[in-house]
Formats: sequence, C-alpha cells, structure tokens
Amino acid sequence: MSEPVRFVSRGEVVTVESDIPHTMTVLEYLRLRLRRTGSKEGCAEGDCGACTVVVAEAGPDGKLRHRAVNSCILFVHQLDGKALFTVDDLADGDTLHPVQQAMVDSHGSQCGFCTPGFVMALFGYFKTHESADSNSLKDALAGNLCRCTGYRPILDAGQKMFEHGRDDRFAAQEAAVLAQLKSLPRSRMLRHSTPQGDFLSPRNIDELAETLATLPAGESWILAGGTDVGLWVTKQQRTPRSIVYVGRVAELQRITDHGDSIEIGAGVTYTDAFSSIEALHPAFARMMRRLGSLQVRNSGTIGGNIGNGSPIGDSMPALIALGATLKLRSKAGSRVMPLEDFFLAYRKTALAPGEFIESVTVQKPKANSRFGVYKLSKRFDQDISAVLAALHVVLENGVVQTARIAYGGMAGTPARARQTEAALTGRRFIPDEIEPAIAALAADYTPMSDMRASASYRLLAAQNLLRKFCVEVSSGEKISVEAAE
Amino acid sequence: MTAVIHKPVKHDSAHKHVAGTARYIDDLPEPEGLLHAALHLSDRTHARILKVDVSAAQAVPGVVAVITVADVPGNPDIAPVKGPEPVLADGIVEFHGQPVVAIAAIDLNTARRAARLVKVEYEDLPAVLSIAEAIEKQSFLLPPLGLKRGDAAAAIAKAPHRLQGELNLGGQDHFYLEGQVSLAEPREDGDVIVRCSTQHPTEVQKLIARVLGTAMNSVTVECRRMGGGFGGKETQAAQFACLAALLARRTGRPVKLRLDRDEDMMITGKRHDFLSRYSVGFDDDGRILGYEAVLAGRGGWTADLTGAVVDRAVFHADSSYWLPDVTLTGLCCKTNTVSNTAFRGFGGPQGMATTEYVIDEIARYLKRDPLEIRRANLYGQTTNNVTPYFQTIRDNILPELLDELLASSDYARRRQEIDAYNAQSLYVKKGLALTPVKFGISFTTTFLNQAGALVLVYEDGTVQLNHGGTEMGQGLYIKVAQVVAEVFGIGLDQIRITATRTDKVPNTSATAASAGADLNGKAAETAALDIRGRLAEVAAPILGVPADQVVFANGTAQGGGKSIPFADLAHKAWMGRVQLSASGFYATPDINFDRASGKGTPFYYFAYGVAATEVLVDCLTGEYRFTRADLLHDCGSSLNPAIDLGQVEGGYIQGLGWLTMEELWWDDKGRLRTHAPSTYNIPTARDLPEDFRVKLVSGRANPANTVFRSKAVGEPPFMLAISAWLALKDAVIAAAGTSKVHLDAPATPERVLLAIEAARRQARTPESMAAK
Repeated sequence: MSEPVRFVSRGEVVTVESDIPHTMTVLEYLRLRLRRTGSKEGCAEGDCGACTVVVAEAGPDGKLRHRAVNSCILFVHQLDGKALFTVDDLADGDTLHPVQQAMVDSHGSQCGFCTPGFVMALFGYFKTHESADSNSLKDALAGNLCRCTGYRPILDAGQKMFEHGRDDRFAAQEAAVLAQLKSLPRSRMLRHSTPQGDFLSPRNIDELAETLATLPAGESWILAGGTDVGLWVTKQQRTPRSIVYVGRVAELQRITDHGDSIEIGAGVTYTDAFSSIEALHPAFARMMRRLGSLQVRNSGTIGGNIGNGSPIGDSMPALIALGATLKLRSKAGSRVMPLEDFFLAYRKTALAPGEFIESVTVQKPKANSRFGVYKLSKRFDQDISAVLAALHVVLENGVVQTARIAYGGMAGTPARARQTEAALTGRRFIPDEIEPAIAALAADYTPMSDMRASASYRLLAAQNLLRKFCVEVSSGEKISVEAAE
Repeated sequence: MTAVIHKPVKHDSAHKHVAGTARYIDDLPEPEGLLHAALHLSDRTHARILKVDVSAAQAVPGVVAVITVADVPGNPDIAPVKGPEPVLADGIVEFHGQPVVAIAAIDLNTARRAARLVKVEYEDLPAVLSIAEAIEKQSFLLPPLGLKRGDAAAAIAKAPHRLQGELNLGGQDHFYLEGQVSLAEPREDGDVIVRCSTQHPTEVQKLIARVLGTAMNSVTVECRRMGGGFGGKETQAAQFACLAALLARRTGRPVKLRLDRDEDMMITGKRHDFLSRYSVGFDDDGRILGYEAVLAGRGGWTADLTGAVVDRAVFHADSSYWLPDVTLTGLCCKTNTVSNTAFRGFGGPQGMATTEYVIDEIARYLKRDPLEIRRANLYGQTTNNVTPYFQTIRDNILPELLDELLASSDYARRRQEIDAYNAQSLYVKKGLALTPVKFGISFTTTFLNQAGALVLVYEDGTVQLNHGGTEMGQGLYIKVAQVVAEVFGIGLDQIRITATRTDKVPNTSATAASAGADLNGKAAETAALDIRGRLAEVAAPILGVPADQVVFANGTAQGGGKSIPFADLAHKAWMGRVQLSASGFYATPDINFDRASGKGTPFYYFAYGVAATEVLVDCLTGEYRFTRADLLHDCGSSLNPAIDLGQVEGGYIQGLGWLTMEELWWDDKGRLRTHAPSTYNIPTARDLPEDFRVKLVSGRANPANTVFRSKAVGEPPFMLAISAWLALKDAVIAAAGTSKVHLDAPATPERVLLAIEAARRQARTPESMAAK
C-alpha cells in the first residue's frame, strides 16, 4: 500500500500524487506536474546550479535550517517531511524578494537562464548568514554557472541583498512552517509504490538492515544524497526496482566523538561533517570546501562517496592517509575494516549483498603528526581532481617515524604509495632528504592520460606536491596562490 | 521618464529573470497532444551505415514516430552555406555524435529510452582527427583565403632578426545555459509554427521549408529570448528545429525537441581550434618588417560557417599592428569531428591571439618589455594605417587608450614590483601583460549587413516594437527600445517589446557579428522617424508651428510654447486617418570586399579596447590565480552603459575561460570526452580576477554614423582576455628562468607546469649551455 509523500510549499502541505514514480526528480515534478517553470534544467547532473532550490527542515536549534540543493538530481520522495522553496515562491506578488531586487539593481542577469538558480543560491546564503563576505559568497556560488555576466554583478548583488537587514516574509512565516513540519512525522517506514518501482525510507538502522535483507540483490539502490545516483536516472534512464533512502535513518545521521577518534554516520552530509573535520584536520576541511559545490555538499554524504566506489572521490585518499576505518552493517551483524581494503577495483567494493556502510571512523591527529591534502584540477572550484594528494607523516625530532601517503587520480582506485612511504621513513623531513621518496612515486604509480590530465603531468605534479608538503612542513610557510582569507 | 538613450537602463526582462517568470521555450504551456523528441547518435567517428534497425524503438509503448533521413519529404540538406549537411546522417556518419534517427513519443523519458534501442550497423572508414593531419592530407572544406601585401618572404629574409614557430589554440564550447530547443506546431494548409531558441529565425524558417519541401511562406519561426547564444545558436539551432518540424509533419501533432546537455555538447559545433604557423622578420627595435602566417582552423565534418570564421581570423591576424610586407593564409580544415561554428569573436580571437603571441616572442628575443614592442608596431593614426586587406583605419584611438590604461593601471610601477617579487620568490611567480584590441564591425559577407523593423503605434499612444534581431541576454531588445523611446520622446513603459518573428519582419540576418544593435537599432530608428514625421504633421497645426519644429520629449509633442500628450496626438492621428505603423530598413553603407583579390573595406568601423592582467602562478603545480585586471573598452557613445559594461566583463571572463581552463578533449577514437560540466569547465565566480577594474571609454562618439553614435560591443571585449594568457606566459618565463618558453592555449595548470619544465629542461641541454 502506498503512503503519501508530503512536503511543505507556499505555506501548504503538498501531498505527492500516488502515481509519481520513485525516480522522478524534484525538478521534473516542479516543471511538469506543478507547472512551476521558474527552476531550469541546465545540465541534469548537478553541475550548473540552474535548478537550485532551497530545502529546509528543523535544525537542532529548533529553527529552520535552509539548504540550497540541485533539484535536477533530487528525487521528489526525498522531500518527505521537509519544506521546499523555489524561485517561483520568492516574490510577494509584484514585490521582489530582497535577493531578487538586489540582482535586478546590480544588473545581475543577462540571458536570465541561470538566474533562478543564482537567486536561490543567494536566498540560501541570505537565510544562513548575517552578512556577506566575499570568500564565503564565492563558496556559496561555486555551484552556479553563469556564461554571460562574468559574475561581478552577481557577487555585488550578494552584498547588496543584506542592505535592508535579514528580515523577509519567510522569517515571519518560519514558525508556521515549523509547525507544519511537526505535523508530518511518520509512525512507520515510508513505502511509496508505483508500477515503476518502490521508494522505501526506513527510519532506523534495524529497519534499513531488514529492508535491504529482503530485497533481491542488484535490483535496488541505496540512496543517500543522490548526487551520484541521480545521474543514473537522468543520464542513463535507468529504473531500479526499488530505491532505499537512508537520509531518514536516524543512526546514520550522527557524529560521535570517541575521544581519540570521531565516528561519522554514513548519512551525514559533507556540510554537516565539515565543522567536525575542520576541528581535527584543517587541511582536509580546506579541500572539502572544493569538493563539488555547496549544493552537492548539502546533499552528498561521505558514506555515499565511499559506497559508490568511484575512483575519483576526493575524500578517499584523505581518509586512507588518516587510517580511517569503516563499519559495515547488515541484518547478520556488523564488521569493521580499514577503508583502503574496501575498494577492490574500479567501482567495485567489499560490500556484501544486503550490507551497507554504517559509519566511517577517523582518528584524531597526534601532536607530532603533519597532514597535508592537495587537490589539483583545471578549475579551482567545483571540479573533479586530476590529482589529489593526501600526505600524512608522524615526525620525531624532524625525522619521519611513520608515513601514510595516498593519492587519487593516480590509479584505478585511491591507493597508498607504499614505496614512497618506505623511502620517507627514518629520513629527516626536509627537501634535501626526500628526493628518493619523490622518485619512488614513479614506482608506486603508473597514472593514465585522460581528459583531466596527462600521465606525465599527473606524475610530475604528484611528485611536486610531496615536495611542496615537505617545504611547507619544514619551513612553516604555505606555498599557495590562493587568496588570503 | 524620458531621455533614455545613453542611460544605464535595466534589462527589459530583469525582473522576470529573477522571478522565474521569463519564459524560455521549454517553459511555454504545452499544447494539447504534445510529443517529445529524442535522437539516436552515431557511436562511430567515420563509418558507412549498413543497416538501421528501429524495430525495438518502434515497439516501445508511447513511441509515436521514428524517422531517418529517408523520411524527409523535402531536401534534407540543411547547410547554411555549402553542403551537404544532411539533417540526419545519410548513408554515412562523419563524426561521433552525429544524429542518425529521430523519435517522437508521448513523454521525454520514453523517447530517450527508445532512442537507446535503435541499432545501427556500421562499416568503419578512416578518419581525420587533427588539424595537422588535415593539412598533411590536404583535407579542406573550402578554398583558402589569402591576403598579401608586398613580399613578406623577402622582407623576412633580409630582416636583422627572424623568428618562426607554431601555436595551438584550443576550441571552446558555448555552454549557453539553455540547451538547444524547438517546439513545432502544425497548422492548417501544411503550415508550421516553430518556437526556437535561435539567433537566426529566418535561416531556421528557410531550412524548415527546405526539409518539408514547402515554401518559406508556410513556415513561421518565433524567438522571444534565448538562454544564451554566443554564436552557438546562429546555425546550430536549425537542425533541431527541422527535426521537430519533420516529426510534427509526420505525426500531425506538436513536437518538442530539447537536447540533454551531454547530447548538446556532443552534437553541436564549437569555437574552431586553430593551428597557427608563423614566420616574422623584425629590426632591433622589434618593428615588424615582414610577417607570414598560416592560420588553419578546424572546420569539422562540414563547412557550416567555417569559411567566414577563417576569413575573420585572417582579417584579425594584424591584431592592432602595422604589417608592411605581409602574407596571411587561412585554411578550412575538414576533420571527422563536430562541425565548428560561430562563437563570439568568430575567428577574430584566434587571429589576434596568434599575432599577440608573436609580438611577445619578438620582445623576449630582444629582451624587452612586450609593451615596447606593441607600441613600436601599433597602427598609426595617419600613417602606417592600412590593413593587409587594404582598408584604411581612420578611427584609431588605441594610442590614447594605451596611455590611459598605462596610467590608470599603474603598469610601470607594477612591472618593477613584479620583477622584484619574482627575483626573491622561489615557488610562486607573478606575471603581467597588457594587450590591445581592434575589432572590425560588420559581417564580412557584405549582403548580410541589413536589418528590418516594425513599429506600431496604437491610438492610445502605446507602442509595439519588433525587429529582426534576437535577444540572447545581450540587451538588444532594451537598446532598440531605448532608441525608439528616444525618437518618440516617450518612456520605455510605453513600449512593448515583442518576440522576434519571421511573419513580422522577413529576410533577416542572424543576430551576430556584434551588429545586432547597429543594424536593428538603425532600422527601428528609421521606422520610428517615419511615424514621428507623420505625427509632427498632425501636431503642427495644433501647436501652431511648422512640422519640422515639433519636438518630441517628455511624453509630449512640443512647439510654440505648447504641448500635446503623445497619447492624445496618436488618437488625433488615428481620427485623422494617418498611418501609425511603419517598417524600417537599414543596410550598412560604404562596405565591400572582394575575396578573390583580398581587397576592400569589409568593416564599417573598428571597436577598440585595452586590458592589463596580472597573475600569480604556483610553479610546483601550475595552478594560478588572476589577481588583478584593468579593462578599458570603447563603446562609442554607449546606448546603455550598464548593458555594455556587462558585455565587457562577461566577454573578458568568457575569453579568460577559453584561454585558461576550458579544454575540449577528444580521445584517440575521435570521441569528445568533455561533454558535460563535470568534465568541461567554464569559469566560476572564484575565477573572476580578485581586483577587477572595468571602465568604458568616455567622451568618444563613434565617428561612423551609427545609431546614436554607439559602437558594437558583443564580441570585441572577448579578446581583452588575451592579456590573461600572456600574463601566464610572463610568469612561466619568470619560473623557467629562460625566455624560451612555449605556451599553447588553453593554458591549463597542466600546460603551465609542463611549459615551465620543458623550458628548464631545454635550458639545461648541452647545446643551449654552449650557446651561453
């Protein structure tokens, strides 16, 4: 029996029609069913931001937590129990929202097609910031492509929108929306069935394990943020028998401090994991700010990034270099394994049928450990790495005690550089001493040439990144062209 | 409000853009019975089609029609200039991604799923994949263009110094945010109306008529706005409009064809990549004495606009410099890749970039600041001012612009600071470059320089405005509305801008070549002046002054100390049986070009600009960041400084993308592997130079008689970004410790790092050590 999916929009509870297939995206639903055509499709893969909407739910502080996300790769059923804001909702009759007015006053639109996405990205920023600063504004807009303006007027609008304070009509309606959201809880697991397939949304980890145990292998997808799975639908026209959504599994949303380590639930988004990771490993956090875009980090999870087995996930080398472990779970029980043992081959992982990732555990840094993460890509923001270096050394009196080095982009899976590690161990960590280790990278990896980089660049850059890390550690000075914050 | 000309008026759709209420084709209410189309694309680079099996696709529930080229009732050739260019592959596929089959179904997902089920059997044929290979095999689409003055080879041979080399300049995807889309609706008598996101409604109309086997008068094409064009919807929209029309004809139902982003990037043409080979002779001061360059553009599998693009590259290979003895040759290379097309600048950027690079090379050879060499070669204002195509440049303001920007950008002091910084910084280096822009305005195919407009004044005093130009975000509609409002002395709120339609203004040219406002503004001005003349006759007896003394301002007609509201005057004219509508027409005067002799005056005037860009490079990784850019650009008496500023800034950033991070990458089988924003990077907000100072030249009306003495602005500022690329080269030289570097475009971090490494390695070879 199908149960209605409900979300809040324009002050009303919307009940999603029972015939809406489990693979319909929010963007399709808005444009085709509701005929709200303000949100645009620019790429259908979450890379251009023209479809940006804001999804809100009650945060830990009891207030609405607003998140800009890409509606082109978000399934309608994921909205269950949340509030949705789109560009069509912002203006009050003929009166534009301060974000919209600022865009008009700054001449922030030319062809206008990306504009609804920018408006919503700015709206998300407006709802989550007291004022604008240039750097965080660029972070917030990195997922929105504009081909006309060159961005200057849009960045100006981001400053201008705060000129009359932060109050808007949505602030006045917040209590009402929260009350509506409170009226939407489920007494049992969401199961929405159509002839095309089922959307299942377990509420706790036992329900999830039970659900996965009953589904035939290979015919169901585990869905977390959808930043990868969404493309299987929009780009490959695939239709699984069932989608099991883990975004409502309470245990997977937790971050637990175990004293010498933190355990991050597989359903925690990059955005939510950011501050915990930043506190432990700032270099990792700096790289995370360049992982996808804000929209992607607001949806995407570390668990999903690991689980899809992609060779180009940016977190993996960093987590491997930190010696992270995974907790895998199924109805039969749970097991723990080092992350680096999880990847068997390209897009192939150690997950057994019915098994899922429960959490990833990251050790806290030791006093004498040094950790660097470097991402190289053609574009600084929102680009997939050509090379990602995660370099972790433990020093004693300047001598390397242990080294864990992992690179992305250098092999079919994120991989350790064992020979390099061996060549570093016992050496003083200064540029003059590490040339053998740098040379050893050529033995550890045989990178390939593709659209992101040539093999020769990959190897040279990988070597230079180790050199850079060593110079930075030994001199205490950062070598970077990045803007000062 | 009146006096709107030259004012920073907002884009007419700005409030709709931000509210999501501006309608693009895919947003229009869907007509009853609408079908959605999808395409099956070739997965071979060059192959003979042996068999097309559509049975599985046909059998999918919801599929209504499946067509191949055999189902085209008319002539399937949709080439804009020189064919053949079949609307669906005809017996042979010539690139990976060429549409072979079109399908219409009751919804988009059904159509796309069915398209995957088409099975085509092929027999592979040898493919030409690179420009160099095309040159070697003499694989050309069209004959070359040659410009020649004097004896360049002899001048080079006897010059004190000589350099030669070659340079690769990459292509660029338009990445308009709104992909290609058309909606065709059948009407009675076999007519069809097609809403299409196109820069060229007339050509779309003509080609639909051709494939349907009907006449132009049974086809209407409409475009209210595009979500970006940049040249990518000049010829490239026609194929999808034709396919939608063919499927509509076949099914008797409305059909919408909207491409997925990946398909769009695989099927549609892009900016031509170029291979340039040059030879230059110069004196001790870097003055060019002789210059030979061969500019070879990748046209792809069919001609499209390649002839005109390569011509414009050759026309702009002088950049801003006097070339006494010169031979320039343009080659139109045929390869088994997507057919390249118009893109902002239209070959001009590739021609200019080549010669700016050569100038930089001369400076490095002579160990001088490239700026000195630029100055030494700059066109004169009264002498040394004839182009290689024998057009005399009469409006050169570059010397003054250069001085102004040198002062405002503090170039000399920064140059010294940068050199000092580089001397002490080991891993991070700075670079700075200043480059000029001179861009010729007019279609070089002379007959295209024409436009029409239709102005309707209603008896309540409101106005409907229509013209042949299309709106793609560049602000053409608001600029032309400003022109008409100015003529009538009324406010913009009295003017309704209407969608471009082939049944309102016929036989229009593409909105391209930066000429939209020049051409359509003049045509609309002519129409408005026509009506205003008649209104003045009506007003004259009321005001008691001769008609030629009636002034239209502030929403009134004035004279003799009296005034009459414009609305009242319109009503009186109507009552007096005076015509309140007019069509206007404009043809650019004084231009001509004879391709055979390579001589003429192809351009009505030139637009100018200067830019200085500074960059910071990480010498360990090749990563970089642009820290400052100073732009000074000439819009004549700008029709709308806010709109024009947007064109200058946006053009520069788009140019920066072309020369730095935007890389098209084909694999060894000729498959484009960068066909989505996940693999193809256009600039983001972070890539804007941190300190970005952009100024329009003030107080310089266009000496040519253009609409309100403005200048075209769409393309010229794109080339200001050449300064960013050469700033990178400057930093690479600082990093390599030798001036012998080579930096192709796009100068990705990879190319920057490998350029540094290659130069260092070269400098360490025994030969070069010995030379020292």
